[in-house]
Parts: sequence; structure tokens; C-alpha cells
Amino acid sequence: MPDLSTLLAQVFTGLVLGMIYVLLAIGLSLIFGLMTVVNFAHGALFMLGAYFGVFLLAYTKSFWIALLVAPLMVGVLGLLMERFLIRRLYGRSPDDPLLLTFGLSLILVEGVKVIWGKIGLTLDPPRALAGAVNLGFMAFPAYRLFLIVVIVAVLIGLYFFLGRTNIGLIIRAGSRDPLMVRALGIDLSRVWLLVFGIGSALAGLAGILAGPMRGAYAEMGVTMVIESFVVIVVGGMGSLLGAVVAGLLIGQVVGITTLFLPKAADIMVFVVMAVVLLVRPSGLFGEAGLLE
Amino acid sequence: MDRRSFLATTAAGAAALSFPAILRAQSKEPLRIGCPLPLTGPFAALAADMQRGAQLAEAELNAKSGVMGRKVEVLFRDDQLKPAVGAQRTKELIENDKCAFIVGGLAAHVQMAINEQTKKSKVLYISTSQSDEISAKPDTSPITFHEALNPTITCRVMGKWAAENLGKKWWIVYADYAWGKQCNAVLQEALKKAGGTLLGATPYPLGSAEFSAHLPKIQAAKPDVFMNVAPGADNIALHKQVISFGMKKDMKIAQPLLWISYLKEGGPELYQDVHGAVNWYWELQDSIPTAKKFVDASMKKFNLPPGDYGAYSYSGVLEVARGTELAKSTEADAVADALRKNPVYDHFKGKQWWRACDNKSFQDLWIVKGRDKAKGDWGLMEIVSKVGANEEYDRTCAEKGLA
Repeated sequence: MPDLSTLLAQVFTGLVLGMIYVLLAIGLSLIFGLMTVVNFAHGALFMLGAYFGVFLLAYTKSFWIALLVAPLMVGVLGLLMERFLIRRLYGRSPDDPLLLTFGLSLILVEGVKVIWGKIGLTLDPPRALAGAVNLGFMAFPAYRLFLIVVIVAVLIGLYFFLGRTNIGLIIRAGSRDPLMVRALGIDLSRVWLLVFGIGSALAGLAGILAGPMRGAYAEMGVTMVIESFVVIVVGGMGSLLGAVVAGLLIGQVVGITTLFLPKAADIMVFVVMAVVLLVRPSGLFGEAGLLE
Repeated sequence: MDRRSFLATTAAGAAALSFPAILRAQSKEPLRIGCPLPLTGPFAALAADMQRGAQLAEAELNAKSGVMGRKVEVLFRDDQLKPAVGAQRTKELIENDKCAFIVGGLAAHVQMAINEQTKKSKVLYISTSQSDEISAKPDTSPITFHEALNPTITCRVMGKWAAENLGKKWWIVYADYAWGKQCNAVLQEALKKAGGTLLGATPYPLGSAEFSAHLPKIQAAKPDVFMNVAPGADNIALHKQVISFGMKKDMKIAQPLLWISYLKEGGPELYQDVHGAVNWYWELQDSIPTAKKFVDASMKKFNLPPGDYGAYSYSGVLEVARGTELAKSTEADAVADALRKNPVYDHFKGKQWWRACDNKSFQDLWIVKGRDKAKGDWGLMEIVSKVGANEEYDRTCAEKGLA
């Protein structure tokens, strides 16, 4: 049995890991929740966020500028994808956008390899956040502490945007009853364009933030898409609150299982998913979610 | 049919039936060598290096009038890192493209599938990536050769060196699949033999990007040596996270193999002072003349120094050519016998030899470490010491079921 400080260190590490899972999943959750589009290009957009970040960093020498601009660039790409491709598939089987975005992700991943080569790129954290901070019970990466701040800011921002602004009201109304919203004279296609753009930008943000922890390489989205899907399926497809709770839950499951039985950490995640789906087939917050 | 065309047809038929004529005609045919590689997918960068290595060997052979007067052609096919595709591409290379030899394969499970096919088609195969099984019963055969290192050799050498030079209290994190598990077992054995202590060994699922949950207890255990047994992108993510938890200043970091493309990808800071073994590093050109020749050819053709896996395929293609010249035939058994009877070769890094009982290549290794400041684009490592080729680093043929 590990001593108390190791256990505390493990729980804390799992907590931060859970926040990172939330960050990875949030863009996917947003797009599904409001548009019922399963965006399989989420991982590719995540990867592009990291790649754009590397180049902005090389060009501007500032991590902070890269952190702001890379997600915007990915967001613009998302806008273009929605406007010219995905929009044509609304009202058809939900499989169609899924297949389209899956195909797009293959094109983006191979395109990145053609342009930037098969060897990945270096993305280091900014100097000020490179080392570890002594928390008393453990040394913990300063960069991961910084991530908590960013993630909490993003969640608060989304909460106010969707819950407290007029446009947020329209977005939520549009996701519940598009026909009625249209009857009121609102152009929903512009709303969906915006939502897809924001969801893509969040994938890009996750990408540039993950780069300093995981590296930047063409296939980096593959693992991430799996992590994201687990989080939003457990949390309830489309529920932002669900994604947060599920992310934190899975962070703890991985953390604690790794401490006692590392071999089983991966399987335990899927065990949790299976149990949740048995008890609540639509996920933890699938029905009562903010954005259903 | 008129008389003229009748005569022409029968003359052609007679010519076709006369055996020496066929031999003459065939001897003008190029000597084709098939090379299945995972040209797409996660190992694409390593596969591209292997492709360049084989192309260098092809160009070198053709520059000196080919093999037995025949031009050499190396045909590359994408095996997509899938065993079934590897087997299918190999079958096509042999049956449709008339390849006399197969050289290549990357990843143990694809090698096995290629090897099953070459055994069936009675074509000699030189495998060019790591595997313990390929040179052991039941997979190996008299016409299966293994040019690359294997987990046993790599991890015995690195384990012994690290235990003697870096520290005796270890923690190992290893990928939970064939190569990782074999290496972990061999490392533990080497550590024990050197009188060291294992503080812990933790498996993780291959293809993970998150290691943070592993690190608090390793941090608390304070090992002298942290052994990173993670391949591919996992390797970089693990190093990044170990550094971010502030562990690099408290312990030495080592891994069984240092792949130059990872050093390029992760950046010099990440691999600074990380120790590992290599079968080849281009700076060997400073001390070995054949290495200089190999690097010069690669710089001239590709403007890149050859990597460690490119070296395997380069050597593999040159070996089937040498075997063909020795045997005066491309027939698998004859070439295999010729190589076993003349086992010593030196293509790019000094003397290597085939062990007769398992067709395994024995070769020198080097212990290297990452430089803090790269010298030029590719001067990412520094050679620390040489470990001479020694059959004792591999399992014996009796242990492999081949005695």
C-alpha cells in the first residue's frame, strides 16, 4: 500500500489528467451537442493546431501569440469545411457527415505528411513553464498547472457564451427545435457555421496545448480521438457538463488503476464506459444536459 | 498459314525450347529484389530510410556492372504495417514480378508473415528489423536470414552497459507488446546479473500519449536510472513528461535504442544525455572507411545521412548480391549455403558475420547519448563507447530450438 503522500500525488495527477481529457473532448462535444454531427476530423484539427503552433512559434518567437492564433487558423479551416462540405449533408443520415469528416481527416493527415514530412516536429513549452513546481507532496509540471487555468477559462467562457448571450440562446434553441427557430426568421445556417468554427478552434487549441506534453506528429490525433470519444460517450453525447464530469472521472480511473495495476489502466477506462452505458445508455448527463 | 510464317513460328518455337537459349535470355533479365516496407502509416519515416538504403545498394551494384552481369532492380511495395498485406505483396513480388530475393520488413509481426510466404515460395529472405522469433524455431528456416539486431541482443547490451555505467537502481516503463515485453525481461535479467536492484517495472498500452499517471510513484521511488522502453511517438511523449515532472535532474535516463529520427522529432533538449544503443550512426564515418563511403553516397544521392534502419536494408541487398555471386545462382538453398560457408562481410561498419546455425548476423553496437547542441542538422548524438560483436549477446542456437 503506497503512503499517503504518494496517494495524494496520484490523485492530484489524475485530476489534472482529467482536465486535459476535458480539453481534448470539449470541441467534439460542442459540435455533436448542437449540430448532431459526429466530427471525425476532430483529431486531424487537433493535430493541425499543434502544427500551426510550431510554425507560428518559429515565425513569431512567442508561444503566447501562437497560442492565440493557431486555434483561430484551425477555426477558419473549420468554417470552410462546414460552409463548403458539411452543410450539404444536413438532413441526411447522420452517417454521411461522419464518413465525410473521416475522409477529411485522412486527407489532412496525409497532406501534413506531404507538406511537412513524415518525421514529427518539436514543440517545447515556453521557458517560464518548462520546469516542475514543488507542491510539497510532489514536484509537478508548471505547464500542467497552467493548463488548468486555460481549461477553466475556456469552460467559463463557453458557459457564459451559450447560457448568457443572445446568440447562445439562439444556438441552444436551434439545437432543440430548428424548425421553430427558422419560423421565427433566424438564419440557422449561420449559427451552425459559427458552432462548427468554435468546435474546430477548440480542437486546435487542444492541439497546440498538447504539443509540449506529447509532441507534434501527423498521427497525434488518432489516440486523442479515442480519448475524446470515451469522454463524451461516458458524459453523454453533447453534454458539456457531462464531458467535464466524465473527463475528471476517467482521469481518476486511469490514475488510480495505474498506481495499483498499471496493466489494467487502459481496460478499466472501457470497463467504466461499459458500466455507465449499461446503467445509463445515453451517458451520465445524456438527458439532463445543458445542451440537449 | 503460309510457308514463311510456318517457318518463322517453328523457328521461334525451337529457339524457345532450346534450354541454353533460355538461360542466355534470362541472364539478360535484371535481378529483381523485392522490398516490402510500411511506406505509409506510423513507421513511414523509418520505412523511407530503409527504402533509401536499398536504393543506395542498388545504385552501387549497378555502378559496377550489376550481379553476374545482370542489372539489379529493387522493387518496393507498401505493406501498410499489416501482416496480411505484407504476405500478399510478397507473394506478388515473387510470382508476378519474379523477384529472386526478398529483403525488408519492419515490425516483427509483418516480418513473420513475409517469412511464411518466402518459405512457401522457396525464396531467400533477409529480414531487416528487430525480432527474436525470426531466427528461432519455429519461424526460422535454412533460407531465412536476419540482418538486424534483436530485442535480446539490444537489451542485454544496453542493460549491462547501463547497470555498469549509469546506476544500479532502476525503474523500467515498457510498452505492453512483443518487443517491449521481451526487452523488459532481458533488461531485468541483465540488471540482476550486474548486481542491480529493480525498483519497479510498469507496462503501458502501446500508442499512449499520456504517461503522467505513471510518474508520481517513480518520482517517489527515486531510481538511479529511468529506462524508457517506449517506441514511436510514445517515446517522445514519455521523455517530455518525465522532464516536465522535474525527474531528469534526479536520475539518468536511458533506453534500449536511440533512433535518430526521434531525436530529430523531439529536439536536442529532450534527448540531451539520454543514453541508448545503436547498430549504426553516421558519425562512425570518422573512424570507419566503409562507413564513410556509405555516408558519402547517401549525402550525394539524398542529401541526408543514412539512418540505422537504412543501414540494415543497404546491407541486406548487398548480401543477397554477394551470395548470388558466390553461388553463381539465385536459387535459395544455393545462395544460403554460400553465405553460410563465407559468413564474413563488411559493407558499412566493420566486420559482420552470419552464424551458421540460425542465419543470424552478428555485428558491433555502439552506446550513444543525445548531444545538448546538435552539430549541423543530423549531428544529434555522440558516440560513448563501442560494444564489439559477440555471439554471447544472443540466445544460443540450443535455446532457440535449433541445436
